[in-house]
Amino acid sequence: MLYSDPFETLLQLQQALDAFRSSSWLGTSTSGAGGFPPLNVFSKGDDIVVVAEAPGLKKDELDIQVKGRTIQIAGAKTVTYGDGVSLHRRERTVGRFSRSLNLPVEIDADKIKAEYRDGVLAIFLPRAEQDKPRSIKIA
Amino acid sequence: MAGQELEVQQKKEVASQQEKTIPARFYVPPTDIFETADALKIVMEVPGVPKEAVDVKVENELLSIEGRIETTNYNGLEPLYTEYPIGHFARSFTLPWQVDQQNITAHLEDGVLTLTLNKRPESKPRRIAIQ
Repeated sequence: MLYSDPFETLLQLQQALDAFRSSSWLGTSTSGAGGFPPLNVFSKGDDIVVVAEAPGLKKDELDIQVKGRTIQIAGAKTVTYGDGVSLHRRERTVGRFSRSLNLPVEIDADKIKAEYRDGVLAIFLPRAEQDKPRSIKIA
Repeated sequence: MAGQELEVQQKKEVASQQEKTIPARFYVPPTDIFETADALKIVMEVPGVPKEAVDVKVENELLSIEGRIETTNYNGLEPLYTEYPIGHFARSFTLPWQVDQQNITAHLEDGVLTLTLNKRPESKPRRIAIQ
């Protein structure tokens, strides 16, 4: 049906993302919002997934640090053309970057996983057990 | 070059030269084009596009590149906060006559697609021997 059509799925995803363009979920807690790399934050069940587009990095040039609720992503992006080439068009940007964000939830620092594939960085942040919402039974 | 602070490039949506028949939005990948002695190189950033989802076509001097992102990675994810749009990538270029259209190679690594457009032998610089 509709949901199995990948293009339809993408449109729904694009519309869902549009709705959160001005989300205040992180409040003012990202340092230098608008900094590189741009981030999208998702929830997956109780957990948080931070996704960033950062094509052309080397895994060992990426530095991800976590302290408490703060995550820092730092690195440098370089582009090499080789010697003796003539440049016709240059649109890719290069430089250093460093970004940190404060999550509004408690995370389990030992279970954080990061993955860099096809130029996309994904950081999986499991929510700490003690921070998960509990349903209260009415006695 | 590498010392400066890296700025975010806003993604540019593809303006419809040829319109797409599917409803989703496409974006223009930032591209570098440079020339070496033997080839013209086109390097474009297509984060999130796996190797199998890149289409490179040449038709009537027009080189069209399309890269589709893997949407299944987003299954089960609910957005909380977003800073950039996601979508497939598309861009096309008119090829100069110097390019050998039968001899184009493509390589994708870490979201960076490199196309090597080899030049025709007759367009390479030649040394003329004096008789």
